[in-house]
Order: sequence, then structure tokens, then C-alpha cells
Amino acid sequence: MPKLKVDGVEIEVPQGATVLQACELAGKEIPRFCYHERLAIAGNCRMCLVEVKPGPPKPQASCALPAADNQEIFTMTPMVKKAREGVMEFLLINHPLDCPICDQGGECDLQDQSIAYGKGHSRYDENKRAVTEKYMGPVVKTVMTRCIQCTRCIRFMDQVAGVEDLGAIGRGEDMEITSYLEHALGSELSGNVIDLCPVGALTSKPYTFEARPWELRKVPAIDVTDGVGTNIRLDVRGRDVMRALPRINEDVNEEWAHDKTRYVVDGLTRGRLDRPWLRENSKLRQATWEEAFAKIAEIAAEAKDSVAAVAGDLVDVETMYAAKQLLAALGSTLIEGRQTGLAYDASNLAAVNFNTTIAGIETADAILLVGTNPRWEASLVNTRIRKAVLAGAKVFAIGPEVDLTYKVQWLGDDLSLLHKLPKDATDAFKDAQRPAVIVGGAAIKTPAGQAASLALVKTLDLIRDGWNGFNVLHTVAARTGGLMLGYAQDGGMASLAQKAPKLLFLLGADEADLAPFAKSFKVYLGHHGDKGAHAADVILPGAAYSEKHGIHVNLEGRVQYSEKAVDAPGDAREDWSILRALSDVLGQRLPFDSFGELRARLFADHPEFAEPGLVPFVWAPPKIDAPKIGKGTEVAYPIKDFYLTNPIARASATLQRCSAELLHGQDFAEAAE
Amino acid sequence: MLADKDRIFTNLYGYQSWELKAAEKRGDWDDTRGLMARGQDAIIEEIKASGLRGRGGAGFPTGMKWSFMPKEPKPGKPNFLVINADESEPGSCKDREIIRHDPHKLIEGALIAGYAMRARAGYIYIRGEFIQEAWRLEAAVQEAYDAGLLGKNAAKSGYDFDLFVHRGAGAYICGEETAMLESLEGKKGQPRLKPPFPAGAGLYGCPTTVNNVESIAVVPTILRRGASWFAGIGREKNEGTKLFQISGHVNRPCVVEDAMGVPFRELIDRHAGGIRGGWDNLLAVIPGGSSVPLVPAAQIIDAPMDFDGLKDLGSGLGTAAVIVMDKSTDVVKAISRISYFYKHESCGQCTPCREGTGWMWRVMERLVTGDAEIHEIDALWDVTKQVEGHTICALGDAAAWPIQGLIRHFRPEIERRIEERRGRTLEAAE
Repeated sequence: MPKLKVDGVEIEVPQGATVLQACELAGKEIPRFCYHERLAIAGNCRMCLVEVKPGPPKPQASCALPAADNQEIFTMTPMVKKAREGVMEFLLINHPLDCPICDQGGECDLQDQSIAYGKGHSRYDENKRAVTEKYMGPVVKTVMTRCIQCTRCIRFMDQVAGVEDLGAIGRGEDMEITSYLEHALGSELSGNVIDLCPVGALTSKPYTFEARPWELRKVPAIDVTDGVGTNIRLDVRGRDVMRALPRINEDVNEEWAHDKTRYVVDGLTRGRLDRPWLRENSKLRQATWEEAFAKIAEIAAEAKDSVAAVAGDLVDVETMYAAKQLLAALGSTLIEGRQTGLAYDASNLAAVNFNTTIAGIETADAILLVGTNPRWEASLVNTRIRKAVLAGAKVFAIGPEVDLTYKVQWLGDDLSLLHKLPKDATDAFKDAQRPAVIVGGAAIKTPAGQAASLALVKTLDLIRDGWNGFNVLHTVAARTGGLMLGYAQDGGMASLAQKAPKLLFLLGADEADLAPFAKSFKVYLGHHGDKGAHAADVILPGAAYSEKHGIHVNLEGRVQYSEKAVDAPGDAREDWSILRALSDVLGQRLPFDSFGELRARLFADHPEFAEPGLVPFVWAPPKIDAPKIGKGTEVAYPIKDFYLTNPIARASATLQRCSAELLHGQDFAEAAE
Repeated sequence: MLADKDRIFTNLYGYQSWELKAAEKRGDWDDTRGLMARGQDAIIEEIKASGLRGRGGAGFPTGMKWSFMPKEPKPGKPNFLVINADESEPGSCKDREIIRHDPHKLIEGALIAGYAMRARAGYIYIRGEFIQEAWRLEAAVQEAYDAGLLGKNAAKSGYDFDLFVHRGAGAYICGEETAMLESLEGKKGQPRLKPPFPAGAGLYGCPTTVNNVESIAVVPTILRRGASWFAGIGREKNEGTKLFQISGHVNRPCVVEDAMGVPFRELIDRHAGGIRGGWDNLLAVIPGGSSVPLVPAAQIIDAPMDFDGLKDLGSGLGTAAVIVMDKSTDVVKAISRISYFYKHESCGQCTPCREGTGWMWRVMERLVTGDAEIHEIDALWDVTKQVEGHTICALGDAAAWPIQGLIRHFRPEIERRIEERRGRTLEAAE
């Protein structure tokens, strides 16, 4: 633990800390552009210069200098002030004075730091440099003249996203950042370079000229586009969600978010259900709430307890709880959340949980992926696996080969390999201290697959002191919360269909195959006119994730609270209040009149939701009687199109274009010119 | 003056063949095995005792540099020797002559130096434009391999040492030691942050020493003739012989080996046939390659040409590329051209150099014609100070120094041009 002095104040800093970190620990602000906590040190902006004794009689880059015993650091001497002013002046001489039309205005590091550390006037009379625009795809807009060559974006793409799509060409003042041959950035994480860019060179293309940061109300929320539960901030102006940005949560998303998280909000205002609809003569017509409720009441009276509910991928715990209570009052327990037909044994939640935790997986030293494509199913788990690989972990995988951005030894596309893993894999796991298996939906589709996956716990010795290396990777936000509430029938959707419920509630369920329910009267409670609404007999317009408070449990069993950012449009209402009102009409009044009362009930029944944080599931895997997996059982990953996995995403013009351009090779580059 | 018997580079002008046989006749590869048998530490000590300072420009003691290398390389982390033959400094042309006419001095030196610093292999990074030279060097390395002087059991010493020739692609910055390592690794040639220094983590993260061609090529001779012989030449702390490259307004431009500390007047009169138009016609001298500040005639004429002698004049020996300018020179234009060179060769990695070199050059261009204000000279001086010492590598300093030298010594000339032009404009306006 080196002891050193910062501006005369003695402090002790952790071993391996840099001088910049030491200064921050001492409460000193050090301006910087290229330095970023989560990226490799570049030391090229020269803004963080400080005076260090002992050392050469010139200022030194604090971001790259290791803190050492008995150093004396000065952050406010004339030498440092002059150095900062000098660097600031250099950065500004070729930076355009277009702040009034720059989207970064108001949240620009260059603006802020030039006020704090700049000279306030310019001595530069020559012409300024202009740089041609670079095409970087559907989400990143470029104004490369504004670039200050800090290389954060290059380092992010290289080190975190794992695609070598960005680089610098040219040298000296002609150095330019560009994507490879000006192709679109081929990463699902490309939007993060917008946040990383300290100036307005890389800004958000869909958000261009939409709003100024000081007009925005910032609401902390939880992302629902995958099972990770990325912590986000919804920026709201009036009744519109303008953008979604990641919040820092070291345990979940660090400070990243994938592009679906960011741009799904573009779908919130399109294709919305904003009034009730009723099917008459096989056509949907607009209706009033009373008409809709009366129709449901009529059917419910006939159906009695032949009622079922299917929860969609985006719903919050409260909605599922209210629906469960309503069905219970009607005498039914037919609730299911695994819309796509998965029917694994969920009697023990630990056995279907991501036990290693998202942060924990980056410390694993041997990882086996079974039937999962984490890059698409949980991008931010994939970045953690990548970190583990960079730290030396070996990764093996069973499934069709895909580019996961790190080195993977592909064992083959045959699930029966689970019964006899190749020697390479077993050897690596024998030597491993922290072995982990990640099982995807494609692997636990059948009881045989689930049994064989669970058998790995013993054969690969996955559970040790303080370490549980058995992980199931859920792809949707509502899954773990749903399982905790019992949204899992033995036999899954198939057994639900067998029971042939007369009345079927679809709680935002848009991925289910509804053909087996042709005879059921379907009530769709949701926010987008997607597959579920098309098949419905009654549509009740609900609220999207941004329009209600809600609890979401992520794939590692972490309870997180999301806040309401805006009101639902038109006649749409928050889901719980719709269910509460309906229960009145059905004569089975639910025992809560406010959201607060609902939560109180929920917490009384399920105290694990009452506190944010990891739910401690007890490891007690079920015994599953199943035959062996047949030879040649191929793996099909559940996600076919990363950008269009949910109804909001499918309504988002940005994500539609991402899908068309990045996954289906449609060329937009020329049209943009 | 250096006696003929004390010359190290006896085939500097290519009067004899460069090939192995001829080199052996000149004494190269003579009992290399015996030299190596003295032991690794003994060789380093001998080089330390000789006072040899790096010939690439910075003048860091070579023996001490070698002693920073790990004595026992960790498994999987071998030591490497990298030889800097990316001679791109305007005015410098000594390494070129060595490689053209005496490549075996370099190769033998590489083996001995590599052995002394426990290097598994050496890389000679040769400037991309040196096409003939690269071919010759490759041929010479091949000769050495064929004769068993390199590779397994090199020169029958029992030591395995491989030597590779790697050609650059024509970037000046790749002559900076860490940018050279980046380039060798196949990356964009941009200097690395120090620390870590190459002796700790260099090529492919392994301990590495980067030496100039001349520093390595003199090693075998120093060992053969003894440290005291080498240390007996020149002045204290500036010992030995040095290749001077005299260009510009002299009667006979040349590359010549002479003792360190030889007075400027003697160097020019004896080897270069004097200044064009006589000594009174001398304007200024850039004594160490384009990156050092110029020295006006009056100060340099009797100055000793070595590291400390020129440092006292506010300049430096650099690579000893002596650029002589007589009174016909447009000295502002000359420095402006040098400015352009540094603007063109800045790698663009760090801010002060990337932005500053272009700014300085643009102002310099205007100063050439006097299209400026007097206060801009002070602003320019200030900008050079903002670049100097604020960058990752020394290219920022190298871009700043020539301009500082100009302003320091020729400010009246710059002011005269500005006044003159203003006068002309005023007249025209009337």
C-alpha cells in the first residue's frame, strides 16, 4: 500500500493504483478525455498531466503513472495549470465551434473542461481542420470534425465488444477514426461508443436533434429486453421517452447497455394499443372498457374455472401476481410464462438459475456453453465471459458455431455430447478451480437435456466451497420472476393447451404458438398490436415497462425495482389496475385498491420480492427420469433475430433497420449519403 | 585528430568488399568465440568501462542499458535485442554507410551484444526506403548463418542466437524505440507509454533492449582493443570515436569517423574541405540532425563536437548529422521545412504533437514571408513550450527545438521580414 502526498495531503492508496486514482482518492479532480476506468490506458490526450516529485522536471500523465511510495503530487501548481491550458488549447484549435447545433451540447466533456481548465480565448488564426464523415451504421451518427482522437471508441470495440471494427488511419493531424471500410459497426454493443465519446463526434443517430439534456427528466428503470436486467435511465421529455441510457451497476451491466436496450424506446410510441378492442363477426372493433369487461364477464360465467393465463416476456412481477390472484379467485391455477413451449422442471429454482452470478462468471476459469448463444441471449453476460477468456479461461461450447467475440472450442452440434464430453473439455475442467456450465434454452427443452445438464454438476464438480458453477441462461426479463410466482405448469404450454381453457388471458404474450388455443376465448392485456393482439377476442390496452412501476427479477435471481417514467397513452392503463377493475366486474374483487396495497400483499405472500438484491435460492436439484439424449440431437438457438425479440422492438424503426442492415445484409450506406 | 590506426569503420567508403571474407580480413569475426567466452557480465562491464554512449541521439550509456536486462529470463519470456536501423532523421546517413559497406561489424556486434544481454534473438529494424541496404544486410546475415556464425551454437560459442532483418514501411516515428516495437509486432507505429520500459516489457511483452546500429557495430572492436583504448579517445564522459555526417554548404560533404569532441573548425576543414565561401560565410549549423536547435556561426566554430559540448550551447550532438548553412541560406525557410517534416511525421497519437506540429508549421510558413504580427513570434515560442515535454515520446520535443533555436538566435531576422512586409503593404495602401 503506497503512501504518498497529494497537494500536501498524505494518503495511502491500494497497490497498483495510478497517480490519477490516487488524486481522486485525495478528492482532487483530474480532467481527462482518453482515460476511462473500464478501458485500457492510452495516455494520449495529455489532459491529466500533474507534477510529480521525484521525477523529471516536466508534467507527467497521471493516468498512466503508477503511484509509488513517497511520491509528492501537485495538481494545482502553475506548471500543471499551464500544461492543462496548453492541451486544452490544442484540442480546441481544430474543434469546430458548432456547439449550438451539436447533440453533445450540455453533456460534453470538452465543453465542461474547457470552462474549468481552458484559457478562455484563442490564439489560433489558421484554418481549422475538416474531416469527412464516416458511415458507422444505423445507431452511431458521426461528425468526425469534432473528434479529438481520444481513441476511447476504438478501445471499447477492441477490448469490450470484441470486434475489431474501429481503428485509426492516417497520422499526425490527419489521423482519422473510421470503421473498417466504412461498414456499419458489427456489434450489438456499438451504442456504447456514443456514451464513451467525450465530444459530439459520435452521437446517437435516432436521437439526432431530438432534445437537449437539460430538458430531460431522468427516471431510473430496469431494461426488459433480455434477462440481464440492465439498469437504465429513461430520459423523458413531456410524455415521451426520448432515450434510454445505462446506469452503473457493477453487479449487472457495469456501465454498458446493448443496442436493443437503447433503441427499443423508439418502439414505445408506435403500434400502441391505446383503447380496448372487441372481436365481433371475426373482426376487431373499437370498444369501451365497459363493453370489453362485459364481454369477458359473459365468457367467464360460462368458463367457470376453465381459465388460464400466459405471461409474456416483458411483464413485471406485480402484473403476474395480480393475474395469478384473479385466476385463483376464479378457481384456476393454470398459469404459464414459458410461452415458446419450454417445459423444464422448475420445482427447484436454483436448478434453473444463473447461480454463478453475472459478475461471478468473469472469474470462472473453464466454461462450457450448452445450447446457448450468449452474445444474443444475454449480451452483457457475453462480455463477462469475454473478460474471463482474456484472463485465461477456456471456453467450450455445444451448438452451431457462431462468433462469440472470443476463442471458443466448438465441440459439435450434437446435444448427446453431454453424456460423453471430449477429453479436451474434461481435462480443462479437471484442472479448473472455478468451473462453470451455462445451459441455454436449447439444451433444457427436453427432460433428457435438463437431466444431462444437471448431471454435469457431479461429473464436472461444479459446486464447491463458495462456488456454484451451474447456470441456466434465461433469455427474457419476466422469466425468473414468473417462475418464483409459479408461472410454470408441468408440461408447459402443451399441458395448458391440453386442458383447453375456455378463457385465456394473454399478459403481453406475443411469442406463444396460439394455434392449440383456437377454441379458447382470448383476452390480450398488453401494449403493442403484435401477434397476441391479432389473435385476441378482447384487447385490453396496458402499459409498457416505461409506463409503470414494476419489479423485475433478472436471470441470476436479482430483484430490481423499475420506476414509472411516463403515463400510458390514450385509454391504456397500468396492467394491475385493469386486472383489479376486471375482477370487480367478474364478481371476484381483488383485495387491493392501490398499487401500494398490491405490493404489500405481494410482499406478504412472497417476501423475497420485498428487498432488492439477490434471492438466495436453495440448491436442491430435482431428480429427473429421462432417457438418454438421442445421438445427433441438433441444437437450435432460441433467438433468430437479436434485434426483434419482443413486440416493442418489432415496432421500433431503429431496431428494424438494425435487423435489416446488420443481420440481413441490406445496404443503407449509400442511401445515407 | 583521430589516427588511422584508431578507426573502427575501416571500410566506411566501400573501397573493399562488404562480404564476409573481406570483413574477416579487416578483423571482423576474429575469435568472436573468445570474446564471448569472457562471460556475459564481463562484456557488459567492459562496455560500461569504455564509456560508450548510445549513438542514436540520446547518448544514454550503452553498458548501463544492457545491465537493466534480466540476468535470468523467465520461461516463456525470452530477452530480445532490437537494433534500430530506421535511420530517418534528416541529415543522418551513418547507419546506411555501415550497412552498405561494413554489415558484418553490425552482425558480429549483434551476436555479442545479444549474448551479453541474454537475448534469444535480435531484430534489425531497417528503414523501408533502404532497399539496396536491406538486401545487402539480408545477404550478409545469410552469409553469417551459412558460416555458422549465427543460429544454433553461433560462432561455436555454444550460444544460440538468431538474427532477423525486418523492413519498416517508411514512417519516421518507427525510429522511436517503443513505436519500433509496436511496428515489429505488426501494429500501427505509435510510441508506447513509459513505464513500463522496454527492458521490463518490450517486444511481445518480453524484456527488450533497443540499440542504434552504430552503438552495436562498435562493440566487437571495443572488446578486441579494450575499454581503455576506447575511453582514451575524446573527452571525459564523451569518449570514443563517432561517425560525423557533414552535409550542407561545405565543399566536400562526407561521412567521416573522428574522435568525439573534435572542434567544429577542425572537423570541417580537415574532412569537408571547409565552408563554401570561407569561414566568414558561415551562418549557422544544425549539429545533430534536424531535431536539435541550430547554433549560430560565432558560437559553434570552436566548440567541441560531443554530447556535453553541444549541450552547453543549448543544442545537442544527436546523431552527429552536421548540417552546415552558409549566408545564402533562408534560415527561416529552412526551419519551416523542418517543421513541415515533423508535422508530416507526427503519429497523431497524443494531443500536443498532433495539433501543435501543424500549428507551428503554419505559423512558420507565414514567418517566412513576414505575413504575421510581431506578437505571433512570442505566441509561437509559447506553443513550442506547450508541446515540448508534454508528449508521450520525444517527437514533440524534436518538433519544438528547431523553432526555439531559430527564435533564440534569429529573432531580428524574423522581425525584419515582418516589418518589411508591413512597410510594403502600407505603401501599397497609400
